[in-house]
Amino acid sequence: MKLKGRVWKFGHNIDTDGHNIDTDIIIPAQYLAHTDPKVLGEHCMEPLHPEFHKKVKKGDIIVGGLNFGCGSSREHAPIAISAIGIPLVIAKTFARIFYRNAFNKGLALLEADIDDVVEEGEEIEVDISSGVITCKKAVIQAKPIPPFMVELINHGGLVKYLKKKLEE
Amino acid sequence: MGMTITEKILAVHAGKDFVEPGEIIDARIDLALANDITAPLSLEEFDKVGAKKVFDPEKVVFVLDHFTPNKDILSAGNCKKIREFSKKHGIRYCFEGGECGIEHALLPEQGLVVPGDLVIGADSHTCTYGALGAFSTGMGSTDVTYGMVTGRIWLKVPESIKFNCSGKWQKWVTGKDLILNIIGMIGVDGALYAAMEFEGGAISALSMDSRFSIANMAIEAGGKNGIFKVDEKTLAYVKGRGKRPYTVYESDKDASYMKVYEIDVSKIGLKVACPSLPSNVKDVGELEHIEIDQSVIGSCTNGRIEDLEITAEILKGKKVAKHVRCIIIPATPTIYGEALKRGFFGIFLEAGCIISPPTCGPCLGGHMGVLAKGERAIATTNRNFIGRMGHSESEVYLSGAAVAAASAIKGRIAHPEEA
Ligand code: SF4
Repeated sequence: MKLKGRVWKFGHNIDTDGHNIDTDIIIPAQYLAHTDPKVLGEHCMEPLHPEFHKKVKKGDIIVGGLNFGCGSSREHAPIAISAIGIPLVIAKTFARIFYRNAFNKGLALLEADIDDVVEEGEEIEVDISSGVITCKKAVIQAKPIPPFMVELINHGGLVKYLKKKLEE
Repeated sequence: MGMTITEKILAVHAGKDFVEPGEIIDARIDLALANDITAPLSLEEFDKVGAKKVFDPEKVVFVLDHFTPNKDILSAGNCKKIREFSKKHGIRYCFEGGECGIEHALLPEQGLVVPGDLVIGADSHTCTYGALGAFSTGMGSTDVTYGMVTGRIWLKVPESIKFNCSGKWQKWVTGKDLILNIIGMIGVDGALYAAMEFEGGAISALSMDSRFSIANMAIEAGGKNGIFKVDEKTLAYVKGRGKRPYTVYESDKDASYMKVYEIDVSKIGLKVACPSLPSNVKDVGELEHIEIDQSVIGSCTNGRIEDLEITAEILKGKKVAKHVRCIIIPATPTIYGEALKRGFFGIFLEAGCIISPPTCGPCLGGHMGVLAKGERAIATTNRNFIGRMGHSESEVYLSGAAVAAASAIKGRIAHPEEA
Protein backbone atom coordinates (compact mmCIF):
# COMPACT_ATOMS: atom_id res chain seq x y z
CA MET A 1 0.00 0.00 0.00
CA LYS A 2 1.37 3.41 -1.04
CA LEU A 3 0.64 6.67 0.76
CA LYS A 4 1.49 10.25 0.00
CA GLY A 5 1.10 12.91 2.63
CA ARG A 6 2.29 16.09 4.26
CA VAL A 7 4.51 15.80 7.31
CA TRP A 8 3.62 17.12 10.77
CA LYS A 9 6.47 17.06 13.22
CA PHE A 10 5.66 17.02 16.88
CA GLY A 11 7.23 17.95 20.11
CA HIS A 12 9.99 20.28 19.00
CA ASN A 13 8.66 22.95 21.29
CA ILE A 14 9.14 20.85 24.42
CA ASP A 15 12.30 19.98 26.25
CA THR A 16 12.47 16.45 24.92
CA ASP A 17 12.96 17.66 21.34
CA GLY A 18 10.58 15.49 19.43
CA HIS A 19 10.80 12.50 21.72
CA ASN A 20 8.32 10.97 24.15
CA ILE A 21 5.12 12.36 22.69
CA ASP A 22 2.82 10.90 25.33
CA THR A 23 -0.81 9.91 25.26
CA ASP A 24 -1.80 12.85 27.47
CA ILE A 25 -0.67 15.05 24.58
CA ILE A 26 -2.28 12.92 21.90
CA ILE A 27 -5.61 13.03 23.74
CA PRO A 28 -5.86 14.75 27.14
CA ALA A 29 -7.64 12.85 29.90
CA GLN A 30 -10.44 15.35 30.27
CA TYR A 31 -11.93 14.01 27.03
CA LEU A 32 -11.68 10.32 27.90
CA ALA A 33 -15.30 9.96 28.89
CA HIS A 34 -15.99 10.27 25.16
CA THR A 35 -15.84 7.28 22.86
CA ASP A 36 -16.98 9.07 19.70
CA PRO A 37 -13.98 9.24 17.32
CA LYS A 38 -15.13 12.59 15.95
CA VAL A 39 -15.04 14.26 19.37
CA LEU A 40 -11.70 12.65 20.21
CA GLY A 41 -10.25 13.85 16.92
CA GLU A 42 -11.21 17.43 17.72
CA HIS A 43 -8.86 17.36 20.70
CA CYS A 44 -6.00 15.43 19.13
CA MET A 45 -2.62 16.95 20.12
CA GLU A 46 -4.44 19.83 21.80
CA PRO A 47 -1.87 20.64 24.53
CA LEU A 48 0.83 21.24 21.91
CA HIS A 49 -1.28 22.41 19.00
CA PRO A 50 -4.87 23.38 19.82
CA GLU A 51 -5.74 24.01 16.17
CA PHE A 52 -4.27 20.76 14.89
CA HIS A 53 -7.54 19.08 13.98
CA LYS A 54 -8.50 22.08 11.84
CA LYS A 55 -5.19 22.41 10.04
CA VAL A 56 -4.63 18.77 9.28
CA LYS A 57 -5.63 17.34 5.90
CA LYS A 58 -6.77 13.80 5.25
CA GLY A 59 -3.73 11.69 4.42
CA ASP A 60 -1.22 13.80 6.40
CA ILE A 61 1.49 11.92 8.27
CA ILE A 62 2.79 12.46 11.80
CA VAL A 63 6.53 12.16 12.38
CA GLY A 64 8.03 11.73 15.83
CA GLY A 65 11.25 10.81 17.59
CA LEU A 66 11.85 8.22 20.29
CA ASN A 67 9.17 6.52 22.40
CA PHE A 68 6.16 7.95 20.59
CA GLY A 69 2.88 7.19 22.37
CA CYS A 70 4.32 6.61 25.82
CA GLY A 71 2.09 6.84 28.84
CA SER A 72 -1.37 5.48 29.28
CA SER A 73 -3.01 2.54 27.56
CA ARG A 74 -5.89 4.67 26.25
CA GLU A 75 -6.98 3.48 22.84
CA HIS A 76 -8.53 6.89 22.49
CA ALA A 77 -5.05 7.95 21.32
CA PRO A 78 -4.80 6.02 18.04
CA ILE A 79 -8.55 6.55 17.56
CA ALA A 80 -8.11 10.34 17.79
CA ILE A 81 -5.23 10.29 15.29
CA SER A 82 -7.15 8.14 12.81
CA ALA A 83 -10.30 10.22 13.27
CA ILE A 84 -8.69 13.30 11.74
CA GLY A 85 -7.63 11.35 8.69
CA ILE A 86 -4.04 10.52 9.56
CA PRO A 87 -3.27 7.02 8.28
CA LEU A 88 0.32 6.69 9.45
CA VAL A 89 2.76 7.71 12.16
CA ILE A 90 6.49 7.38 11.58
CA ALA A 91 8.74 7.52 14.64
CA LYS A 92 12.16 6.31 15.67
CA THR A 93 10.61 4.07 18.31
CA PHE A 94 7.15 3.57 19.76
CA ALA A 95 5.99 2.83 23.28
CA ARG A 96 4.78 -0.75 23.35
CA ILE A 97 1.16 -0.36 24.41
CA PHE A 98 0.60 2.35 21.81
CA TYR A 99 2.20 0.08 19.21
CA ARG A 100 -0.29 -2.73 19.84
CA ASN A 101 -3.22 -0.35 20.09
CA ALA A 102 -2.46 1.43 16.84
CA PHE A 103 -2.38 -1.78 14.84
CA ASN A 104 -5.49 -3.04 16.61
CA LYS A 105 -7.25 0.17 15.63
CA GLY A 106 -6.02 0.22 12.03
CA LEU A 107 -3.50 3.05 12.39
CA ALA A 108 -0.27 2.14 10.61
CA LEU A 109 3.09 2.73 12.30
CA LEU A 110 6.57 2.61 10.86
CA GLU A 111 9.79 2.73 12.82
CA ALA A 112 12.33 4.93 11.04
CA ASP A 113 14.64 7.74 11.96
CA ILE A 114 13.42 10.51 9.67
CA ASP A 115 12.68 13.23 12.18
CA ASP A 116 15.85 15.14 11.30
CA VAL A 117 15.62 14.42 7.59
CA VAL A 118 12.15 15.73 6.80
CA GLU A 119 10.80 19.21 7.14
CA GLU A 120 7.46 20.25 8.53
CA GLY A 121 4.93 20.38 5.70
CA GLU A 122 6.99 18.50 3.13
CA GLU A 123 5.25 15.79 1.18
CA ILE A 124 6.63 12.28 1.52
CA GLU A 125 5.75 9.02 -0.15
CA VAL A 126 5.56 5.83 1.85
CA ASP A 127 5.18 2.25 0.77
CA ILE A 128 3.74 0.71 3.89
CA SER A 129 4.30 -2.90 2.87
CA SER A 130 7.95 -2.51 1.96
CA GLY A 131 8.65 0.26 4.49
CA VAL A 132 10.34 2.47 1.92
CA ILE A 133 9.97 6.16 2.72
CA THR A 134 10.77 8.67 -0.01
CA CYS A 135 11.45 12.18 1.31
CA LYS A 136 12.87 15.24 -0.40
CA LYS A 137 16.40 14.67 0.88
CA ALA A 138 16.63 10.89 1.03
CA VAL A 139 15.05 7.49 0.59
CA ILE A 140 14.85 5.68 3.90
CA GLN A 141 14.06 2.09 4.74
CA ALA A 142 11.89 1.66 7.82
CA LYS A 143 12.31 -1.26 10.17
CA PRO A 144 10.17 -4.13 8.91
CA ILE A 145 6.88 -4.68 10.71
CA PRO A 146 7.18 -7.88 12.79
CA PRO A 147 5.84 -10.94 10.92
CA PHE A 148 3.21 -11.57 13.59
CA MET A 149 1.85 -8.05 13.13
CA VAL A 150 1.77 -8.52 9.38
CA GLU A 151 -0.27 -11.68 9.87
CA LEU A 152 -2.64 -9.80 12.16
CA ILE A 153 -2.99 -7.00 9.63
CA ASN A 154 -3.62 -9.54 6.89
CA HIS A 155 -6.44 -10.89 9.00
CA GLY A 156 -7.89 -7.38 9.06
CA GLY A 157 -6.78 -6.60 12.61
CA LEU A 158 -7.42 -8.22 15.94
CA VAL A 159 -11.16 -7.56 15.96
CA LYS A 160 -11.76 -9.26 12.60
CA TYR A 161 -9.44 -12.06 13.65
CA LEU A 162 -11.45 -12.60 16.81
CA LYS A 163 -14.74 -12.37 14.97
CA LYS A 164 -13.62 -15.07 12.56
CA LYS A 165 -12.45 -17.21 15.44
CA LEU A 166 -15.82 -16.90 17.15
CA GLU A 167 -17.69 -17.79 13.98
CA GLU A 168 -15.68 -20.96 13.49
CA MET B 1 19.93 -22.19 29.89
CA GLY B 2 17.93 -20.88 32.82
CA MET B 3 14.89 -18.67 32.72
CA THR B 4 13.91 -15.49 34.53
CA ILE B 5 10.79 -15.33 36.68
CA THR B 6 9.01 -13.47 33.85
CA GLU B 7 9.98 -16.13 31.31
CA LYS B 8 8.86 -18.92 33.63
CA ILE B 9 5.42 -17.44 34.22
CA LEU B 10 4.96 -16.83 30.50
CA ALA B 11 6.13 -20.33 29.60
CA VAL B 12 3.71 -21.99 31.99
CA HIS B 13 0.80 -19.92 30.69
CA ALA B 14 1.72 -20.74 27.12
CA GLY B 15 1.85 -24.46 27.97
CA LYS B 16 5.57 -24.64 27.19
CA ASP B 17 8.65 -25.81 29.03
CA PHE B 18 10.82 -23.03 27.75
CA VAL B 19 10.45 -19.60 26.20
CA GLU B 20 13.03 -17.02 25.23
CA PRO B 21 13.02 -13.26 24.64
CA GLY B 22 11.59 -12.22 21.29
CA GLU B 23 9.39 -15.29 20.99
CA ILE B 24 5.70 -14.63 20.34
CA ILE B 25 3.48 -16.77 22.52
CA ASP B 26 -0.22 -17.42 22.85
CA ALA B 27 -0.82 -17.49 26.58
CA ARG B 28 -3.65 -18.24 28.98
CA ILE B 29 -4.60 -15.36 31.26
CA ASP B 30 -5.70 -15.47 34.89
CA LEU B 31 -7.43 -12.10 34.94
CA ALA B 32 -8.52 -9.36 32.56
CA LEU B 33 -9.11 -5.88 33.91
CA ALA B 34 -10.69 -2.72 32.54
CA ASN B 35 -11.81 0.56 34.10
CA ASP B 36 -14.44 3.24 33.53
CA ILE B 37 -12.32 4.82 30.77
CA THR B 38 -11.17 1.74 28.94
CA ALA B 39 -14.05 -0.69 29.49
CA PRO B 40 -16.54 1.31 27.36
CA LEU B 41 -14.29 0.81 24.32
CA SER B 42 -13.80 -2.85 25.24
CA LEU B 43 -17.53 -3.39 25.42
CA GLU B 44 -18.05 -1.72 22.04
CA GLU B 45 -15.56 -4.20 20.56
CA PHE B 46 -17.24 -7.04 22.43
CA ASP B 47 -20.49 -6.24 20.62
CA LYS B 48 -18.75 -5.69 17.29
CA VAL B 49 -17.17 -9.14 17.27
CA GLY B 50 -20.50 -10.67 18.18
CA ALA B 51 -19.23 -12.28 21.38
CA LYS B 52 -21.91 -13.85 23.55
CA LYS B 53 -20.06 -14.31 26.82
CA VAL B 54 -16.84 -13.69 28.65
CA PHE B 55 -14.41 -16.58 29.09
CA ASP B 56 -14.91 -16.68 32.87
CA PRO B 57 -17.14 -14.25 34.81
CA GLU B 58 -14.86 -14.66 37.87
CA LYS B 59 -11.80 -13.57 35.92
CA VAL B 60 -13.00 -10.40 34.25
CA VAL B 61 -12.80 -7.43 36.57
CA PHE B 62 -14.10 -3.89 36.16
CA VAL B 63 -13.07 -1.05 38.44
CA LEU B 64 -14.90 2.22 37.87
CA ASP B 65 -12.28 4.34 39.54
CA HIS B 66 -11.08 7.14 37.28
CA PHE B 67 -13.97 9.57 37.42
CA THR B 68 -15.66 8.18 40.53
CA PRO B 69 -17.91 9.48 42.03
CA ASN B 70 -19.08 10.15 38.48
CA LYS B 71 -17.92 13.59 37.51
CA ASP B 72 -20.39 14.26 34.73
CA ILE B 73 -23.21 12.82 32.69
CA LEU B 74 -20.93 11.16 30.15
CA SER B 75 -18.91 9.29 32.76
CA ALA B 76 -22.08 8.31 34.61
CA GLY B 77 -23.39 6.89 31.34
CA ASN B 78 -20.19 4.92 30.81
CA CYS B 79 -20.45 3.40 34.29
CA LYS B 80 -24.07 2.53 33.71
CA LYS B 81 -23.14 0.62 30.56
CA ILE B 82 -20.46 -1.32 32.40
CA ARG B 83 -22.83 -2.06 35.29
CA GLU B 84 -25.48 -3.40 32.93
CA PHE B 85 -22.94 -5.51 31.09
CA SER B 86 -21.70 -6.90 34.40
CA LYS B 87 -25.20 -7.85 35.46
CA LYS B 88 -25.98 -9.49 32.15
CA HIS B 89 -22.78 -11.53 32.10
CA GLY B 90 -22.64 -12.35 35.79
CA ILE B 91 -19.33 -10.52 36.28
CA ARG B 92 -18.45 -11.23 39.88
CA TYR B 93 -16.12 -8.28 40.45
CA CYS B 94 -17.36 -4.94 39.24
CA PHE B 95 -16.22 -2.38 41.80
CA GLU B 96 -18.02 0.91 42.08
CA GLY B 97 -19.59 3.22 44.62
CA GLY B 98 -18.51 2.52 48.17
CA GLU B 99 -16.63 -0.62 47.12
CA CYS B 100 -14.50 1.21 44.64
CA GLY B 101 -10.84 1.96 45.06
CA ILE B 102 -8.05 2.70 42.62
CA GLU B 103 -7.72 -0.50 40.64
CA HIS B 104 -4.03 -1.20 41.18
CA ALA B 105 -4.30 -0.79 44.93
CA LEU B 106 -7.64 -2.57 45.07
CA LEU B 107 -6.96 -5.78 43.14
CA PRO B 108 -3.99 -6.97 45.22
CA GLU B 109 -5.72 -5.90 48.43
CA GLN B 110 -8.83 -7.90 47.49
CA GLY B 111 -6.67 -10.93 46.74
CA LEU B 112 -7.65 -10.95 43.08
CA VAL B 113 -4.04 -11.23 41.95
CA VAL B 114 -1.71 -13.85 43.41
CA PRO B 115 1.92 -14.85 42.80
CA GLY B 116 2.49 -16.64 39.50
CA ASP B 117 -0.52 -15.06 37.78
CA LEU B 118 -0.63 -13.68 34.26
CA VAL B 119 -2.79 -10.57 34.30
CA ILE B 120 -3.66 -8.18 31.51
CA GLY B 121 -5.41 -4.88 32.07
CA ALA B 122 -6.65 -2.05 29.93
CA ASP B 123 -4.62 0.37 31.99
CA SER B 124 -0.92 1.00 31.66
CA HIS B 125 -0.23 0.70 35.39
CA THR B 126 -1.43 -2.90 35.44
CA CYS B 127 2.29 -3.61 35.83
CA THR B 128 1.82 -2.85 39.57
CA TYR B 129 1.01 -6.47 40.43
CA GLY B 130 4.54 -7.55 39.62
CA ALA B 131 5.22 -6.73 43.27
CA LEU B 132 3.44 -10.01 44.05
CA GLY B 133 5.67 -12.07 41.77
CA ALA B 134 3.04 -12.10 39.03
CA PHE B 135 3.40 -11.15 35.37
CA SER B 136 1.05 -8.29 34.65
CA THR B 137 1.02 -5.77 31.89
CA GLY B 138 -1.09 -2.99 30.43
CA MET B 139 -2.76 -3.13 27.05
CA GLY B 140 -5.43 -1.35 25.09
CA SER B 141 -9.14 -2.01 25.21
CA THR B 142 -9.20 -4.14 22.08
CA ASP B 143 -6.50 -6.50 23.31
CA VAL B 144 -8.34 -6.80 26.60
CA THR B 145 -11.58 -7.60 24.76
CA TYR B 146 -9.72 -10.42 23.08
CA GLY B 147 -8.60 -11.65 26.50
CA MET B 148 -12.06 -11.24 28.02
CA VAL B 149 -13.61 -13.37 25.30
CA THR B 150 -10.98 -16.05 24.72
CA GLY B 151 -9.12 -16.17 28.04
CA ARG B 152 -5.91 -15.89 26.05
CA ILE B 153 -3.59 -13.22 24.69
CA TRP B 154 -0.61 -12.99 22.35
CA LEU B 155 2.56 -11.68 23.90
CA LYS B 156 6.14 -11.15 22.94
CA VAL B 157 8.44 -12.56 25.60
CA PRO B 158 10.40 -9.54 26.85
CA GLU B 159 14.09 -9.37 27.60
CA SER B 160 14.79 -8.82 31.27
CA ILE B 161 16.80 -6.12 32.99
CA LYS B 162 17.89 -6.77 36.56
CA PHE B 163 18.16 -4.11 39.24
CA ASN B 164 20.24 -5.50 42.09
CA CYS B 165 19.61 -3.26 45.05
CA SER B 166 21.73 -3.37 48.18
CA GLY B 167 22.51 -1.06 51.08
CA LYS B 168 20.64 0.54 53.92
CA TRP B 169 17.77 2.93 53.30
CA GLN B 170 18.09 6.52 54.48
CA LYS B 171 15.40 7.99 56.68
CA TRP B 172 12.20 9.00 54.79
CA VAL B 173 13.39 7.33 51.57
CA THR B 174 10.92 4.82 50.08
CA GLY B 175 10.36 2.72 46.99
CA LYS B 176 9.15 5.81 45.16
CA ASP B 177 12.54 7.46 45.49
CA LEU B 178 14.26 4.34 44.21
CA ILE B 179 12.08 4.05 41.13
CA LEU B 180 12.36 7.79 40.38
CA ASN B 181 16.11 7.42 40.73
CA ILE B 182 16.10 4.48 38.31
CA ILE B 183 13.92 6.26 35.73
CA GLY B 184 16.16 9.30 36.00
CA MET B 185 19.12 7.04 35.35
CA ILE B 186 17.81 4.98 32.41
CA GLY B 187 15.23 7.38 30.93
CA VAL B 188 11.55 7.05 30.05
CA ASP B 189 12.38 4.51 27.37
CA GLY B 190 15.30 2.92 29.19
CA ALA B 191 13.42 -0.35 29.62
CA LEU B 192 11.34 -0.19 26.44
CA TYR B 193 9.62 -3.57 25.85
CA ALA B 194 11.61 -5.12 28.71
CA ALA B 195 10.85 -6.79 32.04
CA MET B 196 12.31 -4.93 35.02
CA GLU B 197 13.30 -7.31 37.77
CA PHE B 198 14.05 -5.94 41.24
CA GLU B 199 16.17 -7.92 43.64
CA GLY B 200 18.58 -7.77 46.53
CA GLY B 201 18.76 -7.11 50.23
CA ALA B 202 17.43 -3.58 49.96
CA ILE B 203 14.33 -4.88 48.21
CA SER B 204 13.72 -7.57 50.85
CA ALA B 205 13.83 -4.79 53.43
CA LEU B 206 11.02 -2.92 51.67
CA SER B 207 7.34 -3.09 52.62
CA MET B 208 4.84 -4.46 50.13
CA ASP B 209 3.45 -0.93 49.74
CA SER B 210 6.83 0.33 48.57
CA ARG B 211 7.21 -2.63 46.23
CA PHE B 212 3.84 -1.88 44.61
CA SER B 213 4.92 1.68 44.13
CA ILE B 214 8.11 0.56 42.34
CA ALA B 215 6.38 -2.00 40.09
CA ASN B 216 3.73 0.60 39.32
CA MET B 217 6.22 2.89 37.64
CA ALA B 218 7.94 0.26 35.47
CA ILE B 219 5.81 1.59 32.60
CA GLU B 220 7.31 5.03 33.19
CA ALA B 221 10.62 3.58 32.00
CA GLY B 222 8.85 1.98 29.04
CA GLY B 223 8.88 -1.43 30.73
CA LYS B 224 6.47 -4.18 29.87
CA ASN B 225 6.34 -5.37 33.45
CA GLY B 226 8.09 -4.92 36.75
CA ILE B 227 8.59 -8.01 38.86
CA PHE B 228 9.78 -9.01 42.31
CA LYS B 229 10.91 -12.20 43.96
CA VAL B 230 8.30 -13.71 46.26
CA ASP B 231 9.46 -13.71 49.90
CA GLU B 232 7.91 -14.03 53.38
CA LYS B 233 6.48 -10.53 53.11
CA THR B 234 4.74 -11.37 49.85
CA LEU B 235 3.33 -14.57 51.28
CA ALA B 236 2.20 -12.83 54.46
CA TYR B 237 0.43 -10.27 52.28
CA VAL B 238 -1.30 -12.91 50.16
CA LYS B 239 -2.26 -15.05 53.15
CA GLY B 240 -5.88 -14.62 54.08
CA ARG B 241 -6.72 -12.54 51.03
CA GLY B 242 -5.72 -14.61 47.97
CA LYS B 243 -8.87 -15.69 46.14
CA ARG B 244 -7.06 -18.36 44.13
CA PRO B 245 -4.16 -20.74 44.77
CA TYR B 246 -0.77 -19.27 43.95
CA THR B 247 2.50 -20.56 42.53
CA VAL B 248 5.90 -19.17 43.37
CA TYR B 249 8.38 -18.81 40.50
CA GLU B 250 11.95 -17.72 40.87
CA SER B 251 14.61 -16.68 38.38
CA ASP B 252 17.26 -19.31 37.75
CA LYS B 253 20.85 -18.54 38.69
CA ASP B 254 21.88 -18.87 35.06
CA ALA B 255 18.99 -16.87 33.60
CA SER B 256 20.11 -14.30 31.08
CA TYR B 257 19.64 -10.55 31.34
CA MET B 258 19.94 -7.82 28.79
CA LYS B 259 21.53 -5.70 31.47
CA VAL B 260 22.21 -5.82 35.20
CA TYR B 261 22.36 -2.65 37.29
CA GLU B 262 23.92 -2.58 40.75
CA ILE B 263 22.28 0.02 42.93
CA ASP B 264 23.39 1.07 46.38
CA VAL B 265 20.24 2.50 47.97
CA SER B 266 22.17 4.12 50.81
CA LYS B 267 23.25 6.71 48.23
CA ILE B 268 19.68 7.53 47.26
CA GLY B 269 18.06 10.53 48.89
CA LEU B 270 14.60 11.98 48.44
CA LYS B 271 13.87 12.47 44.75
CA VAL B 272 11.55 14.67 42.73
CA ALA B 273 10.74 14.37 39.02
CA CYS B 274 10.33 17.78 37.41
CA PRO B 275 7.96 18.60 34.56
CA SER B 276 7.24 17.20 32.07
CA LEU B 277 8.81 13.76 32.18
CA PRO B 278 9.16 11.24 35.02
CA SER B 279 12.86 11.04 34.10
CA ASN B 280 13.64 14.71 34.90
CA VAL B 281 14.73 13.64 38.35
CA LYS B 282 16.50 15.87 40.85
CA ASP B 283 17.33 15.77 44.55
CA VAL B 284 14.78 17.52 46.68
CA GLY B 285 17.51 19.88 47.91
CA GLU B 286 17.91 21.36 44.43
CA LEU B 287 14.26 22.38 44.24
CA GLU B 288 13.54 24.05 47.52
CA HIS B 289 12.79 27.36 45.82
CA ILE B 290 9.88 25.93 43.78
CA GLU B 291 6.56 27.25 45.08
CA ILE B 292 3.44 25.12 44.84
CA ASP B 293 -0.31 25.66 44.70
CA GLN B 294 -1.34 22.09 45.38
CA SER B 295 -0.06 18.91 46.94
CA VAL B 296 -1.71 15.62 46.03
CA ILE B 297 -1.08 12.54 48.14
CA GLY B 298 -2.77 9.56 46.57
CA SER B 299 -2.98 7.45 43.37
CA CYS B 300 -2.13 3.86 42.52
CA THR B 301 1.51 4.71 43.13
CA ASN B 302 1.38 6.23 46.61
CA GLY B 303 -2.11 6.22 48.09
CA ARG B 304 -1.49 3.26 50.38
CA ILE B 305 -1.41 3.10 54.15
CA GLU B 306 2.36 3.48 54.35
CA ASP B 307 2.07 6.76 52.45
CA LEU B 308 -0.71 8.04 54.70
CA GLU B 309 1.29 7.03 57.75
CA ILE B 310 4.27 9.08 56.56
CA THR B 311 1.96 11.98 55.70
CA ALA B 312 0.36 11.89 59.17
CA GLU B 313 3.75 11.79 60.85
CA ILE B 314 4.84 14.94 59.02
CA LEU B 315 1.55 16.84 59.24
CA LYS B 316 0.91 16.12 62.90
CA GLY B 317 0.43 19.40 64.73
CA LYS B 318 1.32 21.39 61.60
CA LYS B 319 -0.66 23.54 59.19
CA VAL B 320 -0.80 23.44 55.42
CA ALA B 321 0.46 26.74 53.94
CA LYS B 322 -2.30 29.27 53.47
CA HIS B 323 -2.46 29.30 49.68
CA VAL B 324 -1.91 25.55 49.18
CA ARG B 325 -4.54 22.90 48.62
CA CYS B 326 -3.39 19.63 50.12
CA ILE B 327 -5.56 16.81 48.79
CA ILE B 328 -5.26 13.40 50.40
CA ILE B 329 -6.77 10.44 48.59
CA PRO B 330 -6.68 7.05 50.31
CA ALA B 331 -6.51 4.59 47.41
CA THR B 332 -9.17 2.13 48.59
CA PRO B 333 -12.07 2.00 51.08
CA THR B 334 -10.03 -0.37 53.27
CA ILE B 335 -7.10 2.05 53.37
CA TYR B 336 -9.57 4.88 54.02
CA GLY B 337 -11.04 2.92 56.95
CA GLU B 338 -7.66 2.12 58.40
CA ALA B 339 -6.50 5.73 58.17
CA LEU B 340 -9.68 6.79 59.93
CA LYS B 341 -9.24 4.20 62.65
CA ARG B 342 -5.64 5.14 63.25
CA GLY B 343 -6.57 8.76 63.75
CA PHE B 344 -4.88 10.10 60.60
CA PHE B 345 -8.01 11.96 59.49
CA GLY B 346 -8.00 14.11 62.62
CA ILE B 347 -4.41 15.09 61.88
CA PHE B 348 -5.17 15.81 58.22
CA LEU B 349 -8.24 17.90 59.00
CA GLU B 350 -6.51 19.91 61.69
CA ALA B 351 -3.68 20.60 59.29
CA GLY B 352 -6.19 21.93 56.78
CA CYS B 353 -6.10 19.09 54.22
CA ILE B 354 -8.91 17.98 51.95
CA ILE B 355 -9.72 14.28 52.28
CA SER B 356 -11.07 12.81 49.08
CA PRO B 357 -12.88 9.51 48.62
CA PRO B 358 -10.84 6.85 46.78
CA THR B 359 -10.57 7.95 43.14
CA CYS B 360 -7.97 8.57 40.44
CA GLY B 361 -9.31 12.12 40.29
CA PRO B 362 -6.54 14.69 39.90
CA CYS B 363 -3.86 12.13 38.95
CA LEU B 364 -5.06 12.30 35.36
CA GLY B 365 -6.60 15.75 35.57
CA GLY B 366 -10.02 14.14 35.80
CA HIS B 367 -11.63 15.96 38.71
CA MET B 368 -11.20 16.64 42.45
CA GLY B 369 -8.18 18.87 42.07
CA VAL B 370 -7.61 19.99 38.49
CA LEU B 371 -4.96 22.68 37.97
CA ALA B 372 -5.53 26.10 36.41
CA LYS B 373 -3.24 27.71 33.84
CA GLY B 374 0.11 28.48 35.44
CA GLU B 375 -0.53 26.47 38.60
CA ARG B 376 1.94 24.02 40.01
CA ALA B 377 1.50 20.85 42.03
CA ILE B 378 3.63 18.36 43.80
CA ALA B 379 2.06 14.93 43.68
CA THR B 380 2.79 11.37 44.73
CA THR B 381 1.35 10.23 41.39
CA ASN B 382 3.34 8.73 38.54
CA ARG B 383 3.12 11.06 35.53
CA ASN B 384 3.97 14.71 35.04
CA PHE B 385 3.39 15.00 31.30
CA ILE B 386 2.20 18.30 29.86
CA GLY B 387 -1.34 18.95 31.02
CA ARG B 388 -1.55 15.75 33.04
CA MET B 389 -3.29 17.36 36.03
CA GLY B 390 -5.19 20.05 34.19
CA HIS B 391 -4.30 23.04 32.00
CA SER B 392 -1.53 22.47 29.47
CA GLU B 393 0.39 25.30 31.12
CA SER B 394 0.20 23.81 34.60
CA GLU B 395 3.05 21.80 36.08
CA VAL B 396 3.40 18.61 38.10
CA TYR B 397 6.38 17.58 40.20
CA LEU B 398 6.45 13.94 41.32
CA SER B 399 7.69 12.73 44.70
CA GLY B 400 6.97 10.36 47.54
CA ALA B 401 4.58 11.16 50.37
CA ALA B 402 7.23 12.65 52.68
CA VAL B 403 8.23 15.41 50.27
CA ALA B 404 4.62 16.07 49.19
CA ALA B 405 3.51 16.46 52.83
CA ALA B 406 6.46 18.66 53.80
CA SER B 407 5.91 20.80 50.69
CA ALA B 408 2.25 21.29 51.60
CA ILE B 409 3.34 22.80 54.92
CA LYS B 410 6.04 24.99 53.45
CA GLY B 411 4.17 26.09 50.34
CA ARG B 412 7.21 25.15 48.28
CA ILE B 413 9.09 21.96 47.58
CA ALA B 414 10.60 20.93 50.89
CA HIS B 415 12.51 18.17 52.67
CA PRO B 416 10.58 16.59 55.57
CA GLU B 417 13.29 17.64 58.01
CA GLU B 418 12.46 21.27 57.21
CA ALA B 419 8.78 20.84 57.98
S1 SF4 C 1 -4.30 6.70 39.96
FE1 SF4 C 1 -3.57 7.70 38.13
S2 SF4 C 1 -2.09 6.35 37.22
FE2 SF4 C 1 -3.24 5.18 38.74
S3 SF4 C 1 -4.85 4.17 37.58
FE3 SF4 C 1 -5.65 6.11 38.33
S4 SF4 C 1 -5.26 7.59 36.69
FE4 SF4 C 1 -4.02 5.81 36.30
